[in-house]
Amino acid sequence: MDTDEKNTQNTEVEQTSEASEADNLTKKERRLVVPGEVIVSANDHLPGDYTRNEDGEIIANRYGLAEIGKIVKVIPISGIYEPRRGNTVIGRVEDVMFSGWVIDVGGPYRAFLPLMECPRFVDKFNMTEFAAVGDAMNVKVWSVKKGSVDLSLKSRGLGKLEGGRIIKINPHKVPRVIGKEGSMINLIKDDTQTEITVGQNGYIWIKGSEEGEKKAEDAINLIERESASDGLTSKVEKFLGVK
Amino acid sequence: MADKGLYTKRLDGRKNDELRPIKAEVGVIPNADGSALFAHGDTLAIAAVYGPKPLHPQHLQKPDRGIIRASYNMLPFSVTERARPGPSRRSKEISMVTENALSAVVNLKKFPGTVIDVEILILQANASTRCAGINAAAMALAHAGIEMKELVASVSIGKIDKTIVADITKAEEDYHEGEGPTDIPFTLTSRGNMITHLQLDGKIQTSRLMETYDAAIAACKKINEYQERALKGEKIDENVKKK
Repeated sequence: MDTDEKNTQNTEVEQTSEASEADNLTKKERRLVVPGEVIVSANDHLPGDYTRNEDGEIIANRYGLAEIGKIVKVIPISGIYEPRRGNTVIGRVEDVMFSGWVIDVGGPYRAFLPLMECPRFVDKFNMTEFAAVGDAMNVKVWSVKKGSVDLSLKSRGLGKLEGGRIIKINPHKVPRVIGKEGSMINLIKDDTQTEITVGQNGYIWIKGSEEGEKKAEDAINLIERESASDGLTSKVEKFLGVK
Repeated sequence: MADKGLYTKRLDGRKNDELRPIKAEVGVIPNADGSALFAHGDTLAIAAVYGPKPLHPQHLQKPDRGIIRASYNMLPFSVTERARPGPSRRSKEISMVTENALSAVVNLKKFPGTVIDVEILILQANASTRCAGINAAAMALAHAGIEMKELVASVSIGKIDKTIVADITKAEEDYHEGEGPTDIPFTLTSRGNMITHLQLDGKIQTSRLMETYDAAIAACKKINEYQERALKGEKIDENVKKK
């Protein structure tokens, strides 16, 4: 009963958010562009992210959705994760070094978690006791410098992820998996009785019963596949068998 | 009246500037960061792009830019006599020219010290395989969300006896009457028609070389339209339409 109530509330939130998104679409025109394509004339517009001004025309530098406002920008829909300061991401330990852990978070560079950024005491001579190669972690991106990414554990909710499974999705679809104010992810969590943590790098950690994990994974893959279509929430509900 | 030579009618009945039926599609390899398929008639290539990602061994890293690592291979069953798999003198050459043809339009400065892997496989060959490979690779790079100034399109222009023709086939490559066959693969950028790759197999009068460039501009413009349409979600298969 209790979960049913929660679900109905969540869908309401999602529906209103989809409506407002539709409003945004009409306000700002969006269209798919390819690199080198002329988006608009530069007379009344300024080039923004992933665009350039060439001979009085605004040209796309990347494949994605062009949003045409006063400033024209291209919103990426594909590609690898680009680490940004403050992102919460999920990664796997790749190597244990003298003073920290090398962690794969899926970006163009390896990320490093220094021993100093670990909130509890860790024996310097027995670091694998805290995290060994292959362990999963929820970490925060502390700094992004040219060619290196530093991580931290000093924030709420960060740390090792015990058990469960990790799946990878396109990082640009993470907002769709989460939904407005977490509505979509809560829908899946409540229905499958699993714990889910979504990293902004597109890695998702799921823990629950065997069937619950599988169902949650399938639901997330469904969202990734159908992210561009309308009525995503009702499709996911139908898949989960809610109502 | 100028001598038109012996090759006045093409072996497969096409017009001199006509391309073979095109097949084009993106997203054919779900696990890759970007992928595409491109076919000129019976010549069918697929390309997968991975990265940018850390480059090892370290001595290959460039401190000021990333690199593209292309790998072109023909599958054993792509030709009537089994093609021996693995690197050969020919496949290494084509991998290198592909790298050069693509590097010219990709923004490699963004992620120094990284590599973008471009894997090209020829599933079926009937001449112009390097062109099909480059066309597929350009689409796959865009699909992988790599920053590019523009796309590139590739076509092989031939001079068969005295006639300049676009997108030559194996049968035309083997036409040895009169002045014989000359194969000139061109790769041009989509906006500026700038040459990023040009090879010449055979011989041609210097006075006629510019004619082949003009033919290449016309052909690449058409190919670029197919690439754009495929990137925007269309599945192009002209073989089906004609049946």
